Amino acid sequence: MSVALDARLGQPWKKPPFVKSPALRWTLIIGSILYLILALNSIEVNWARVYRGLDRGWQFFVAFTNPDFTSRANDIRLGLTESAVMTLASTVVGIGVSIPIGLGAARNISVLPVYLTCRAIIAVSRALNEIVVAILLVAIFGFGPMAGFLTLSFATIGFLSKLLAEEIEDMDKVQAEAVRATGGTWLQRYVFGIHPQVVPRLIGLSMYRLDINFRESAVLGIVGAGGIGATLNTAFDRYEFDTAAAILLVIIGAVMVLEYLSGIIRAKVQ
Amino acid sequence: MAVSTKNGQKVWQRRDRNSQLKIWAMWLIGTAIFMWSWTQISAATTWSFFWDAPRIAADIGGRAVPPRWAYIEKLWEPLWDTLNIATLGTILALIMAVPVAFLAARNTTPSALFVRPIALFIIVSTRSINSLIWALLLVKILGPGIFAGLVAIAIRSIGFCAKLLYEAIEEIDEKQVEAVRATGARPWQVMVYGIVPQIMPAFAGIAVFRWDINLRESTVLGLVGAGGIGLQLQGSLNTLAWPQVSLILIVILVAVLVSEWVSAKVRGAII
Repeated sequence: MSVALDARLGQPWKKPPFVKSPALRWTLIIGSILYLILALNSIEVNWARVYRGLDRGWQFFVAFTNPDFTSRANDIRLGLTESAVMTLASTVVGIGVSIPIGLGAARNISVLPVYLTCRAIIAVSRALNEIVVAILLVAIFGFGPMAGFLTLSFATIGFLSKLLAEEIEDMDKVQAEAVRATGGTWLQRYVFGIHPQVVPRLIGLSMYRLDINFRESAVLGIVGAGGIGATLNTAFDRYEFDTAAAILLVIIGAVMVLEYLSGIIRAKVQ
Repeated sequence: MAVSTKNGQKVWQRRDRNSQLKIWAMWLIGTAIFMWSWTQISAATTWSFFWDAPRIAADIGGRAVPPRWAYIEKLWEPLWDTLNIATLGTILALIMAVPVAFLAARNTTPSALFVRPIALFIIVSTRSINSLIWALLLVKILGPGIFAGLVAIAIRSIGFCAKLLYEAIEEIDEKQVEAVRATGARPWQVMVYGIVPQIMPAFAGIAVFRWDINLRESTVLGLVGAGGIGLQLQGSLNTLAWPQVSLILIVILVAVLVSEWVSAKVRGAII
């Protein structure tokens, strides 16, 4: 028997730690404890206010069991249509714009200046929160679904172009090379060599983005950019919890249906 | 497109006629839906405002530059609050998400018929409602302030974390669990020694990933009164103090970039 084994015989077994280096482990542990103490101390909770609010919370919870779809049915319908319209239009426009940008942002098929420009557009679009963009666009274009539509299109660009570019960078070079060898132009190389390889993923991502855009369109109304969020905000402001519960249920239902449909479509193309 | 004719005969065609027609029909319907959506948006737009937009944008841009750098002194505290909302919210969310994930995973759920659907419903319903809406509601219930934002972030993140975590649990290697069970371990011991070590990297990755998203989201929670730097943004917007708005936007941008960098570093170290 080896010496190492002898030394360990009779010793109880210990689980190996998740972070291997002890110095790093203890720095992390002590750092997080310190942070937690500091953070928890800096948070002020007005427990009296929370206690008073619990009643309201309970009312809201009860409202969920008895949502009121009827008394504001018209507003809910209009808001939902507006959200759906914004979602659809912005996804279509977003896809249309992000395909060229995605092509430009793929290092293996574009030249350096184009690559850098497209990557910069993507970085800006991804770093800015939808709500912040919506606030600015509402200030510029006025209230209404136009601001929401532009916001969602802009956000779609960052998401879709980045993933499309990564997909193109990962593609099989041989096929594009083959089209090129037949004397195909740049456009033909894209249409016959690259596009067929990335189209299933592109459809899947577009469906996923449609889903995300709908969720986002439900909140853009809070800052005045149209959609069902405005209806919801009004319902909350008037303490009409039963209507608010109805709207939330409608949103949850719509998201679930959309997620299910996009799941089917994604499974079909991939 | 992909057709060539030779002596008046088609040589090659990618699709037969029916499937080609189906695709044309789908394009037609899709275009029609898009055009209809567009007319709806167009009808709800005041076009004179739209065409005026470049002038307004230039005007706002002109007012917003240069940012009021001195204002940064008033931003450190809201920034710290924002960080706390994101971090504590993520921790709270993980505490709640772990049991939900174990109840939702097919291989660990106590009852696939009763408990699993409930867990899945919790996941779906918390995930489909945006944190801003949760904040809107919680501000009404808990009162304005950081606490409402923290809880909003936590609730919103449960679904996300639990979903990714239960998928990780379902993908574990059953052999290791079997081996631990064969030693006569109790169910808790099976969990701690058989399952947890396998999902630990996924768990850490999810936590950091969600923290990154939460930091982005918590920067705007203040708009509905839930604390953080969004409160300052709202105040500056309401008083049309554009130099302050531009400074706040720069600060948010930097915070987001830093959080993305941190999360990428940590995930790189784990995986």
